[in-house]
Formats: sequence, C-alpha cells, structure tokens
Amino acid sequence: MSVVTSNTRPQVVAQTGVRRRSTGQLLRRSLMYLVLILGAFLSLFPFYYMFMASTLRKDDVLKQPPALFPSGQLFDNIGRLAKDEQLGLGEGIQNSLVISVIFTVLTVLISSLAGYAFAKYKWRGRNLVFFLFLATLMIPNQVTYVPLFKIMAGGNPFDLNWLGTVQAVILPGLASPFGIFLMRQSMSQLPDELIDAGRIDGAGEFGIFWRIALPVMRPTLAALSIFMFQSQWNSFFWPLVAQVNTIPTRIGALSGASIIDYSGIMTVTSLSVLPLIIVFLLMQREFISGALAGSVKG
Amino acid sequence: MQSVVSQPPEVRSRPGLRISPKLAPYVFVAPAFILFLIFMAYPIIYSFILSLQTNRDGEQVWHGIANYTRLLGDELFWKALFNTFIVLVIQVPIQLGLAMLLAVGLNSKILKGRGFFRAVYFLPAITGLAAASVIFRILFADPDGIVNSFLSIFSFGPVHWSLDEFWNRVLLILVITWRWTGYNMVIYLSGLQAIPTDLYEAAEVDGASKSTQFFRITLPLMRPIILFTTILSTIGTLQIFDESYLLTNGGPNNSTLTVGFYLYRTAFRQADFSYASTIAYGLLIFIAVLSFLQFKFAGNEEN
Repeated sequence: MSVVTSNTRPQVVAQTGVRRRSTGQLLRRSLMYLVLILGAFLSLFPFYYMFMASTLRKDDVLKQPPALFPSGQLFDNIGRLAKDEQLGLGEGIQNSLVISVIFTVLTVLISSLAGYAFAKYKWRGRNLVFFLFLATLMIPNQVTYVPLFKIMAGGNPFDLNWLGTVQAVILPGLASPFGIFLMRQSMSQLPDELIDAGRIDGAGEFGIFWRIALPVMRPTLAALSIFMFQSQWNSFFWPLVAQVNTIPTRIGALSGASIIDYSGIMTVTSLSVLPLIIVFLLMQREFISGALAGSVKG
Repeated sequence: MQSVVSQPPEVRSRPGLRISPKLAPYVFVAPAFILFLIFMAYPIIYSFILSLQTNRDGEQVWHGIANYTRLLGDELFWKALFNTFIVLVIQVPIQLGLAMLLAVGLNSKILKGRGFFRAVYFLPAITGLAAASVIFRILFADPDGIVNSFLSIFSFGPVHWSLDEFWNRVLLILVITWRWTGYNMVIYLSGLQAIPTDLYEAAEVDGASKSTQFFRITLPLMRPIILFTTILSTIGTLQIFDESYLLTNGGPNNSTLTVGFYLYRTAFRQADFSYASTIAYGLLIFIAVLSFLQFKFAGNEEN
C-alpha cells in the first residue's frame, strides 16, 4: 500500500516538473551505472589478468605489447612447478588443505562449546573468563608471534620442536575470541525451553548441546566455518614464521626468487584464489554474513 | 526452530558419559580456555617479559626499559609508523568514501543487477593478501607491467612503482583499496538496508532533494557503522604485513616498510626477539590509543 501512495504523490505534486525531472533522473541513473560498471571492471580485472597470465609462457607475461588474452601454456606451467622439488608445491597444497579443514572443524567446535557455556549456563568465573577472551580481541596477533615461535621452536618451558609441522599452524588460533563471541551471541537466542525439554527427556548435557543446540545454529556455523576456512587458507605471516609449506608461503617463495617466474606465480596464485571463488559462488550468503560477523575482528 | 520442536531428536546419552549440569560449563569451556592460556595469554605475557630483556652471549638478561628508550629513538620504527599513518590518513577516507558511494548506488531500488554488482565488489575481499600482493606486483611491474603500458597510451610514465618513494606508496594504497573497498561496501549496504524506507518517503513528500536526504538521513543514521569501519580499518592498517613483504618489500628507502614487517625483520632475520617484542608492544600501545581516540572523538561529537 505504502508503495502506491509514495509513487503517486510526487507525480501529482510535480505535474509540471515531470519532464525536467525525468531527464535529470535518466542522467543520474546513467552516471550511476557508469560508476558501478567501472568499479566492477576494476574489481574484476586483476582476477582476469591473474588467470590470463597463468596460461602464458613465463617470458611472455611482461613482453611488449602486453599480452591481454589467454594462451595455452597452463599445463606446461603446472608441470614446471610440479617438477620444482625445492618449491614443494604438492606438499604446500596438501598442507593448506589439511590445515584449513582441520582448523575449521576444531575451531568451530571449540567456539560452539565455549559459546554455549557462556550463553546457557550460570557459573562462577563466567564473566571474568569471558572478559579475558574479549580483551584479546583488541590485541594484534603480531604481539604473539615471537613467543609462539619460541614455543614451537622448543624453547622453555615447552619442548615441542614443532617448526615446520601442521600442528604448529593449527593450534595457536584454535581458541578464537571472535568465534567464541559470535557463538555466544548466537547461542543466547536459543530458547531455554528447548534445553529444559531435553533435560526432561533424560538427555545428558553434551547430548543437549550436540543434538539440540548445534542443529539450530546451522546458519551461524556455516558462516563461521567459511570465515575460519578463508582466514586460515589465506594466512601468510604465521605459516611463514612457523616454516610451514603452504600455498601462500609458496607464493612468497616464488616471489622471493632472484629470477622471477611470472606465469608460475600467477598459476600458484590462481590455485590459491580459485577454490575460494568457487565456495563464494556456491555459498555467497554464508560468505558475506561470515564477513559481516567477522568484521568484529577484521 | 520449529522443526526442532516438532520432532524431538533422540537425545538419550550413555550413562557413563554423563556430566552434571553444574560441571558442564567448565567442561565445555575448558578446551577453549586451555588453548587460550597456552597460545594467547602466555605469549602476551612472555612477549612483555622479552621486551624487558636482552640477549647477551646467548643468554637472556634483564634490560629494564632500555628497549623502550631505544624504540623511542628508533628512526626506522617511527618511519614505519609514519608510513602506516600516511596510508591511514589518505587511504582509509578514500576507501570508506568509495565504499559508501557504491553502497548507496547498490541500495537504489531502481538498479538492475544488484546481486551481481554486490558479488563482484565483494570478490577481492575473498582473496588472500599474499595473492593480492603478487597480482599487483605484476600488474604494476616497472617498466613493463600492463598498468604502465596502459598509462603510456596517454604518454604518461613509465611510472617507477618500485623505485620511486611516492609511487611506491601509491601502489600500496591501491592494493589495499582494491582488497577492502568491497568488504566495507557490504557492511555499509547492510546498514543502509536497515534504514526504514518511510523516512525517505517522508523526506520526499517534504521536497527534500536526494543529496539533502543523504546528508540529513543516511549519514547520521550510518554514523555508528562508519565509526566501526574506521576503527577496523585503522587496526587493520597498523597491522599490515603481507603487502609490505610481498608487494613492495619495504619499498625504496623503506617508504612502505610497515611496523609488522619491521617486527618480522627484527625477529626472524636479525634474531633479536627482545627488541621485536618491544616493537610489538609499541604497536599494541598505538592501536589502543588510536582506537580510544576514535571512540572518544565520535562520542564527543554525539553530544
């Protein structure tokens, strides 16, 4: 109803100004489309260039006049990279997958359990512990990297010697203040009646969490999982320091070479970006809501 | 929610695994808390202890606040902060302005292809910073990159993106803008969509122009979100590492050296863990102060 009134009223009021108004509107609309299309081009061009350059011969990327269209060298590039034993691309891909998947599953589970405990139970020390988690949201990760390196390298008091291992990358970020915060928010919307009903049915506390609370949280869990997977998949600083071979650190290794293999770098970069693009196209809603929620930590 | 109520799931668990409701929260929070203590709380404290020590002949010895006085007089640290500050002052307003422009455009009811544009603008935000950095490094290669080829059409350049301090900073700003504008746009768009449309309808009836509507309705209502994205961008900018390491390698004459990269070089190239920890705490203090000032500034204007 309100749509009808809002549409008719200005027309009645501005009867004489209709013509002028519509040309102005047309101009404004064209300008808006122009800006949006230019923005879309700038947004997409680096992706196009990356995929395009991954199909070029390695000396052709920076030749003049510049290459603008794909060529047929993609499999040659992949073959060359695969043969480079020092690079260890195969191991990098495997590590990236293993680390990202295990990290995501564990951190989502740990965050959900903690979030549930904060939201649905009253216990001594709850506010203090929650405050501790919350306080670290403000602390830059970089503060922890030197001590974490010393822990992983096997310094006191831990004798781990874990540099170069996947657990060195998985463990430090598992207790994510952001994940816990998000799950607490989400769990607090769970009706207490559901939990009480579960107790009356004779369910154990963990059973209630696992079979009643978690299934209801599915949208939040999906968004959190995507957010966590993406951040781990893209992570560069910590795997670099922990000396773990992942796809981003392979990008780093290639770009630090004295003679740079340009199409090789773009091939590995495509490999790094493509899976996320696919997940994004399939689950755009979860991706964006994860980012919106993730904006708590940035 | 209804599906849960209508078909109560099988929730009976084995008696052996039963935890009492009193004990349950402690058990549930334990994994997170133990990991937190080892990998978060302990490093934060350990880092502070390190910053008060120094390494003498392979032995950590107490050094008082000497590292902090060194930090105050460390030109490279100040240069790194200054570089970050330049990015903050120039890039953050550009990025947030662009994000707002695009969000307002996309929020328009008459626009076709809204979902398409939103997805396209968000796409850079899924890219890893390492990936974005090397893509831009090749796009902006000096002198033969495609951007220089494009500029040469207008008889401009070649621009020495990696040799000239000014253009090196421009390059850093460009990659950050590309990576984050769509992300902020999505945040703004969700804020804009929460503004009730009858506010604009009423303004329309009162004869308010589109720009008046923007400045009198949209901006004031979006204030908290704008503050929020400003703080996020500030914290994010102060922590830049990947771009400095992979795109500019600190830049000519350290023009795009960031605090994060300086910390990395100190810790992992010079193995000076104590001083690196001091740099980390210096960064921590700056982030705390800036966030506080932004909150305070925004809070005061509110009154």
